[in-house]
Amino acid sequence: MSHHIATKGLYVSIFAALMVLTAVTVSAAFIDLGAFGFSVALTIALVKATLVILFFMGVRWSSHLTWITVASGFFFLVILLGLTLTDYLTRGWSTIA
Amino acid sequence: MHTQELPRDNYLTSGHSLASWLLTKDHKRIALLYLISITAFFILGGLMAVLIRIELATPQGDLVAAETYNKVFTMHGVLMIFFFLIPSIPAVLGNFLIPMMIGAKDLAFPRLNLLSWYIYVIGALFTLYAVVVGGVDTGWTFYTPYSTTVSNTNVLATGIGVFIAGFSSILTGLNFIVTIHRMRAPGLTWFRLPLFVWAHYATSIIQILGTPVIAITVLLLALERAFHLGIFDPAFGGDPVLFQHLFWFYSHPAVYIMILPSMGIMSEVIACFSRKSIFGYSFVAFSSLAIAVFGFLVWAHHMFVAGPSVYAAMVFSFLSFSVAIPSAVKVFNWTATLYKGSIQVQAPLLYAFGFIGLFTIGGLTGLFLATLGTDVHFHDTYFVVAHFHYIMVGGAIFGYMAGLHFWWPKITGRMYSELWAKIAAVVIFVGFNLTFFPQFLLGYLGMPRRYHAYPAEFQALNVLSSAGASILAIGYLIPGIYLLWSLTRGTVAGPNPWNATGLEWETQSPPLTENFAVTPVVTEGAYEYSKREMKLV
Amino acid sequence: MSEAVAHGHLDDGQRGHHPRLQHQFDDLEQQFESSKLGMWLFLVTEILFFGGLFMAYTLYRIWYYDAFVAGSNELDITLGALNTAVLIFSSLTMAMGVRSAQLGHRKALVNWIILTMILGMVFLVVKGFEYHHKYVMHHIPGAYFQWDGVNGNQVQIFLSIYFCLTGLHATHMVVGLGIMTWLLVGAIRGKYSPQWYTPVEIAGLYWHFVDIVWIFLFPMLYLVNRHAH
Repeated sequence: MSHHIATKGLYVSIFAALMVLTAVTVSAAFIDLGAFGFSVALTIALVKATLVILFFMGVRWSSHLTWITVASGFFFLVILLGLTLTDYLTRGWSTIA
Repeated sequence: MHTQELPRDNYLTSGHSLASWLLTKDHKRIALLYLISITAFFILGGLMAVLIRIELATPQGDLVAAETYNKVFTMHGVLMIFFFLIPSIPAVLGNFLIPMMIGAKDLAFPRLNLLSWYIYVIGALFTLYAVVVGGVDTGWTFYTPYSTTVSNTNVLATGIGVFIAGFSSILTGLNFIVTIHRMRAPGLTWFRLPLFVWAHYATSIIQILGTPVIAITVLLLALERAFHLGIFDPAFGGDPVLFQHLFWFYSHPAVYIMILPSMGIMSEVIACFSRKSIFGYSFVAFSSLAIAVFGFLVWAHHMFVAGPSVYAAMVFSFLSFSVAIPSAVKVFNWTATLYKGSIQVQAPLLYAFGFIGLFTIGGLTGLFLATLGTDVHFHDTYFVVAHFHYIMVGGAIFGYMAGLHFWWPKITGRMYSELWAKIAAVVIFVGFNLTFFPQFLLGYLGMPRRYHAYPAEFQALNVLSSAGASILAIGYLIPGIYLLWSLTRGTVAGPNPWNATGLEWETQSPPLTENFAVTPVVTEGAYEYSKREMKLV
Repeated sequence: MSEAVAHGHLDDGQRGHHPRLQHQFDDLEQQFESSKLGMWLFLVTEILFFGGLFMAYTLYRIWYYDAFVAGSNELDITLGALNTAVLIFSSLTMAMGVRSAQLGHRKALVNWIILTMILGMVFLVVKGFEYHHKYVMHHIPGAYFQWDGVNGNQVQIFLSIYFCLTGLHATHMVVGLGIMTWLLVGAIRGKYSPQWYTPVEIAGLYWHFVDIVWIFLFPMLYLVNRHAH
């Protein structure tokens, strides 16, 4: 079977990046970023998750079908959160209902 | 020509012990295990419906107490939706046919397939336990905070049953997606697949993406009920509408789990009995995917009067209109297929005719509910009840009956009585319409659902509905009798009694355990009826 | 119509069936890719499963931000960060394990699995300490919940979500450890080879997913507005 075999070095580099990003997100929590605090933390988490998915889980070298499967999971999560928020974020907009 | 005897070696004769059935890995045997289970739950759910219709024949709540009535309609909904409709076509016909239709020996994961049946049974047992020890009275929708803080019925047991059954659905969907992607026979490209397969592929996507959300919702419901968490409880600042958002995120796409497989059957049956290729094959194929995706964008149309913002309601209303479009595309294409076809009126086609008419009515009445203004009037009335029964019974169950009859010769090797099948189809059609059409009128006139007593002026329509229900019940009994009778006395069918296209028809009936002695190679599209006889064999 | 193939490659005895090749598959590659796709589909269900809780979290963070800040600051950021590092490290060891299986290094595979399991257990022990602390402080939602300060009900919602999210995650960790145990037994017995290491691959996918969930849980729960304190 011809499966991509990553080098130890690659895995260790990804690990190091993840640790650095963890340190960054902890530090950032102590800085007053106002409303951006959540966005920063979420972005860092997304980057970390992406690194794990692409390299530790091997999606970087997997078929398009795998890419689409992973993407659709997150896409529909966004639908769940986003469309539900269309309710909650607009509740105060008028006094009609 | 019909052969005189069933082939001696087939999936039914390879092993007679109980273990050979309960530990089988054969997708065809697992399909029959499911057939028995879901039929049992259909009967149980049907008995609940009988109780409902007897109670509603008179305006007074005189058959059962109000609390009992609440339990009866709750169990009717829970049993019919989670333990009959959702598994029905995929777990019975999908399981049996998909490997055969794609030229494979089995599904990708046969042991997961068997596991899915056991999971279904365990979930069913929890729910049966709940029924036996007194039922649940929350409605199948389990709305909070009633279900979490007020109801003193068996919410936990039922919730656990539904939670477990959900995994059965997920495993089925998972199996189908992998099988269809990875195990098609040589030459079987996506656009040569039978539309039945496309329909189940789309259904499986919904099962994968939607079912986990009902799982977490029911889990949170159980935890809140057990530990008084407060997530859905206004007393703590929780939002009951959040429960509804999470509940309907699955439960709306769930209705597409129930209807898409039925639509897949329609394509097969209509093509065969008009001796024509399906008009607009790729439109029908893509419309299945469109329904699956769009179906996830409309859930809050169940919640228009529950409290969400009117702006969100407008968004969901608009999206609900758009989800009707792919369904309409299918109905147009089936009609165009029938047009100038060489129509052979067999029982499956009768059910298909019924489907087209009844699904259209059901779908169109959905538009009334998707419209904000009219929904305010119709919500929680019998109009809604009629709407979804036209889709679920007139659509899903008619499709199931069509498929059961169409593939019965393949599954059993025998033909059923065509005369009795036609009689039953007509009785069911008449009974169904008599039961549910009056309910549109009742809803329009304002009769609310989930009440066991009602104002006297609604009695005439209710009596019509209950009368229709008795006819419908008889209609369902008739196939039970002649199908069972056919198992031992029916004419031997041979490999392809309908002279239909499709790989499943090119092997013996009943099939071998491994389906094909040699792997087929596919060289043409799915519905090449032009190369076949106009008449059935 | 289809043409039946006279010598279906399924029936070609000269190929020699690997003992691990299941009868419904043509070859090990098809089986491997199918198993991977199957596991990925399962992980997609897990995304949506946790997703429902993420929605609850999102709503109540918007509605009850102050209570979320108060609740979040009650969590031990050091232990949370430590656990994050532990899980990321365990993802590294798991990836190394899968690599060993791909290369046929049996002893290395065994060691990497053991290391992964140890890290997983460290995570759960730390979590246990945190839960115990919550218990002692009467911060477990329910009948015995006590909160000194305002917005007790809303903080209870935060903590309900905290316990549901971390509890669900911990449950997945426990299941993961069970899977690792089974994998370890197989590895010790030399079941896996470069030709067939599917269980290692899909167990790895599961393990990484559980890590990813924590990657989100950590900032969501532990890092809500730490700068004021």
